[in-house]
Amino acid sequence: MSTVAGTIPPAVVSPRGPARLRWAISDIATVVQRNLLNYLRIPEALFFSSVQPIMFVLLFRYVFGGAIKIPGTSYVNYLIPGIFAQTVAFGAVSTAIGLAEDLQRGIIERFRALPMARSAVLAGRTVADLVRNVVVVLIITGVGFAVGFRLQTNAAAFIAGLLLLLLFAFSLSWGFAVIGLTAPNSETAQVMSFPILFPLTFASSAFVSVQSMPQWLHGFADYQPVSAVTNAARALMLGGPTASYVLQSVAWSVGIVVVLAPLAVRKYRRA
Amino acid sequence: MADAIEARDLVKVYKGDVRALDGVSFAVEEGTVFGLLGPNGAGKTTAVRILTTVLRPDGGSASVLGHDVAKEPEVVRGLFGLAGQYAAVDENLTARENLRMIGRLNHLPRAVIGERTDPLLSQFQLEDAADRPLKTYSGGMRRRLDLAAALVARPRVLFLDEPTTGLDPQSRLDLWGVIEELVHGGTTVLLTTQYLEEADRLAERVAVVDHGRVISQGTPAELKARMGATVLEIGLSDSEAAKAAALALGRLEDKEPQVVGNLVELPADRGSQIAMEALRRLDQSGIVPVSFTLREPSLDDVFLALTGRHAEIEADEEQALARTQAGNRTSATSATGGAR
Repeated sequence: MSTVAGTIPPAVVSPRGPARLRWAISDIATVVQRNLLNYLRIPEALFFSSVQPIMFVLLFRYVFGGAIKIPGTSYVNYLIPGIFAQTVAFGAVSTAIGLAEDLQRGIIERFRALPMARSAVLAGRTVADLVRNVVVVLIITGVGFAVGFRLQTNAAAFIAGLLLLLLFAFSLSWGFAVIGLTAPNSETAQVMSFPILFPLTFASSAFVSVQSMPQWLHGFADYQPVSAVTNAARALMLGGPTASYVLQSVAWSVGIVVVLAPLAVRKYRRA
Repeated sequence: MADAIEARDLVKVYKGDVRALDGVSFAVEEGTVFGLLGPNGAGKTTAVRILTTVLRPDGGSASVLGHDVAKEPEVVRGLFGLAGQYAAVDENLTARENLRMIGRLNHLPRAVIGERTDPLLSQFQLEDAADRPLKTYSGGMRRRLDLAAALVARPRVLFLDEPTTGLDPQSRLDLWGVIEELVHGGTTVLLTTQYLEEADRLAERVAVVDHGRVISQGTPAELKARMGATVLEIGLSDSEAAKAAALALGRLEDKEPQVVGNLVELPADRGSQIAMEALRRLDQSGIVPVSFTLREPSLDDVFLALTGRHAEIEADEEQALARTQAGNRTSATSATGGAR
């Protein structure tokens, strides 16, 4: 026993200034690592969460795609930027589920009683989900090219498009963190997410042209965030005017973080 | 010696005007074990959550090693370790990864974490399973890891919130052994428990908590002394026989015998004389007990004396309560029991 309680070190006092920031970054890194290990330790979840976007690619490419005509380009070229947007939007559910689970299992309670940065639980979750989204986006890139997607611009524009999508994914994670911290358990978090996700992803320009939708839907479908990021990614990957779409998409991403991240932080303090 | 933990008039009101804590005060001297004893919902966990800075009190104040929990929460968080009834360890990580994570979140240097991990794993008999994800662990192993994680930073103060609730008897005994060792090392421990035996065995001082108030405080021996010197415990073959025996005994030393399952319990100040009288009365009624014990009162008896209820009943033993009440009713009015 003397090994444990033999020497008592002086009390750890939390530092100020740069050292404090270094602690916060180290805490976030620790929580990110923990969250990523959690994803890796459930290979079934990892497998099926990668299969789902691939299914969407195949479904729209080979089942619905034949019936959808897009002027000026092939449907698969039109589809892939939309699939990216839809996939990262659906991926945000895992932020909600992850936080709800941690609350439910008492992990967050334990974190609160540790001398770690308050911000690390939420930031560690959203950053881990960003890393996960990078992997998912790479998988979709591979599958997209395999089913016939052809870049009509250049690699730099394509990468800019992916970065825009990842920024959107990160901001949406903060939004869904609010749901995760509100839901009583992970199942409810998931159920609460879908009524938000379905209109956002399907009443958007991700799969079909908004022009084909009824007039009353245009106002929503043209300007909502998934359409904005789809249009921006599409313009960057297929060509055409980009500035306005990119601006809209960045504005949405920044706006969501500015409004919902403080709400998530407040919920976290009270949860 | 200075008090390591102090709670002064703590009040916490939850939604719906539930007063979880209604003015709780106690002090824990450095290097001792203090037990907060009470049934489920008494307010024990709320007190621990306030002391560990997770919850803000609505009234009163508290300090750990002289630092106010509400004013200096960041300092306080660096001073204690916490292990809880929920064993909040990460299911999908291995034991080693869990310890490393907690060490890093305590901002210990990597080398120090590395040095401490293996001794902790072997001390808590987890070395064989150290690199397996926790999903494969038993409840007892999880609790041991939870406790090990609370010790990575070598805190001077340790909060143990119902450390053995839900464990099987052998795991409980093992964990008690571990906690006793810790105490010999000089760690200050605040332990909450609904097991009277646990407080009796581990704690030097005990506060009995009921409905958000401390209803009694002292050493386990002092608490027991308030109960009269001894308890006569007579075992019968079944609960019907116990009820019959209680009737045959009647009032002794002005105290009513209590039927608990197939036991009859009777507090007694002059133990041996009462025991002889009890045997005479049972003999006259032709009742032969299975067992006949004169024992020291347990903390459960203390709780019964203080609140009129058994301490462990509220949690998961409502059936036992129903049984006891039914028993009491029958001993008072035997006709109803016979009619049913």
